[in-house]
Amino acid sequence: MVLELQKPRPIWQIMFSTHHTDVGLLYLITSLGFLFLGGSLALAIRAELFLPGAQIITDSMTFNRIFTVHGTTLIFLFILPFASAVGNYYVPIMVRYKDMAYPKLNAIAFWMIPPSGALIWLGFADFTWYATPPYSIISAPGPAADMWIFGLKILGISSVLGAINFVVTILKCKHPDMSIGQVPLLAWSYLSSSLIILVAIPTFAAALLMLLTDRLGVSGFFNPAMGGDPIAYAHLFWFTFHPEVYVLVIPAIGMMYEIIPRFSRKPIYSYNSGIFAFVLLSIVGFSSWAHHMFATGMSFTEKTVFMVGTLAAVPASAMHVFNFIATMWNGRIKFSTPMMWSVGGIALFFGAGAGGVVNSAMPLDFSTHDTYWVVGHFHLFVMGTIAFGSIAFFYYMFPYVTGRMYNETMGKIHFVMSFIGTILVFFTQHVLGLYGMPRRIFDYPPIPEWIAMNQIATVGAMIIGVSMAIFLANMIYSSGKGKLANTEDPFGVGGKYYYPFEAKNPSH
Amino acid sequence: MGGHSNWPEWIYVGIVIALMTWVGAEAWEAERLVEHVPEDAETIIVTGQQWFWTFEHEDGTKEIGELHVETGKAYKFEIVSTDVIHSFNIHDYVVLMDAVPGRVNTVWFAPDAPGVHDIQCREYCGLIHYNMRGTLYVEDPA
Repeated sequence: MVLELQKPRPIWQIMFSTHHTDVGLLYLITSLGFLFLGGSLALAIRAELFLPGAQIITDSMTFNRIFTVHGTTLIFLFILPFASAVGNYYVPIMVRYKDMAYPKLNAIAFWMIPPSGALIWLGFADFTWYATPPYSIISAPGPAADMWIFGLKILGISSVLGAINFVVTILKCKHPDMSIGQVPLLAWSYLSSSLIILVAIPTFAAALLMLLTDRLGVSGFFNPAMGGDPIAYAHLFWFTFHPEVYVLVIPAIGMMYEIIPRFSRKPIYSYNSGIFAFVLLSIVGFSSWAHHMFATGMSFTEKTVFMVGTLAAVPASAMHVFNFIATMWNGRIKFSTPMMWSVGGIALFFGAGAGGVVNSAMPLDFSTHDTYWVVGHFHLFVMGTIAFGSIAFFYYMFPYVTGRMYNETMGKIHFVMSFIGTILVFFTQHVLGLYGMPRRIFDYPPIPEWIAMNQIATVGAMIIGVSMAIFLANMIYSSGKGKLANTEDPFGVGGKYYYPFEAKNPSH
Repeated sequence: MGGHSNWPEWIYVGIVIALMTWVGAEAWEAERLVEHVPEDAETIIVTGQQWFWTFEHEDGTKEIGELHVETGKAYKFEIVSTDVIHSFNIHDYVVLMDAVPGRVNTVWFAPDAPGVHDIQCREYCGLIHYNMRGTLYVEDPA
């Protein structure tokens, strides 16, 4: 690990470095920056919906732009780069190699993110994060829409380059004494999610190009006025982005696999079923894309096939949850901040998974589809599981990266407030969806239940906002002035006896 | 790894698979019943456009923004769109179907009690999507 703040270096040495920990640090800082940017847009959305009528945002177009950029930012500019940050730090160490397989390619993949972030933020497009045609072709104002398309295009290339790097590092650069069945589960999670990226992203890359030429008026793939079919775009999009959900969640689960055994002071209950579930998830992730499209007029047979495909992902996810609980069972658990975030993440993962079964069951989907139920469901996944796992791992790697310890009390306050806030916002949104409130609306009629639940959700969001401010303060203060950490065992949980490979990087 | 056996995990996975099979079978059966449109259903052509709904009854009468139907009859909606994708939704009756330009999607319902219900668009369709609403009046036959 690098001890950045104990051995200060000029900033450009880190920026122009191709070493995996330096690139990882750049990924980490960028992703956290976008977390706060995207999160502040979320607060704006919740403040606007506190009451019917315009509150702080004056027109619906601005609101539409805000939720589009909020979603794009947090998914593509926070979660994906955060996963790359952790992978860059840990995967080479876990497979005992000196760096990523292609260090320069790694740095190039990172440096594609700032320009694409700039394109997305300066454009501020309005067509939601899935850019549905024909709206995105005939109605979405340029140049915002075109800037979004270019930004996503660059991000897609960056993900593919990163994924190639992870696959080659894990499969070809691992230490010859180590079989693939001994590679830690965190590295396995990167292998599975990278393979998904390599299969899925090119499809979306093609769809984006087709969308762009449609916008330019030279083709009509998705434009019904020119003989195209907008549903074709939906298939291409969800073929990429349903598996992409697993790209986001699998590394977060891998991070929990790193944290939970260590803080339970027990080996993982079943290493093999962890691998099995990762591989299974990355395969069945592809069999479920069209459950996002039940209401587009699919045939009964198609709907049945995709319902079965979606339900097939449940046992694999459940195996991970079982593994976590069985690992903690009878362990001498130390509830430090990373462990609290992981355990909270598992609890919310269970809740989100149960809600997901409702979405995939055909008749129930018609009651919940495109309502706040869906918003609550996927935010519970994205915030409750993926962001919780990521923040857990951030606390976990903090002493290794900075050489200093974060403030444990502030970390715990951050967790408790975020956990309460997450439940308030996203469970309430599930109920709000059952009352029929559509998603992506700027204003709503003054139905008493809608108002009450929107207010609960807004209060919850503010609690999360405050907890994130505490997080930011803790990070900034502790990385400069925190007490020095014992980098051998910063959390005082004893040796790494569950961990079969020495966490020593030959180049350090 | 580890010297213990994994049988509790396999029992647990078996239970999860059984539960999912049951959920899937129930959902399949319910959907199979819901999909069957009654033969005597009256057709109403629903047109979604930015940003209002138009309804055309079998006898040619047209309504904009509101829809009058009678209890005790089945209605088949043929849903079309003239511009972008909308989603026709009567939440109280769990009626939901996308209006996709270039396609005709059908969905049906049979109101059983007089009342007033909201009709709304549930798929993002641009500037005034939030206010693309209508009203359904269910009345007893005269």
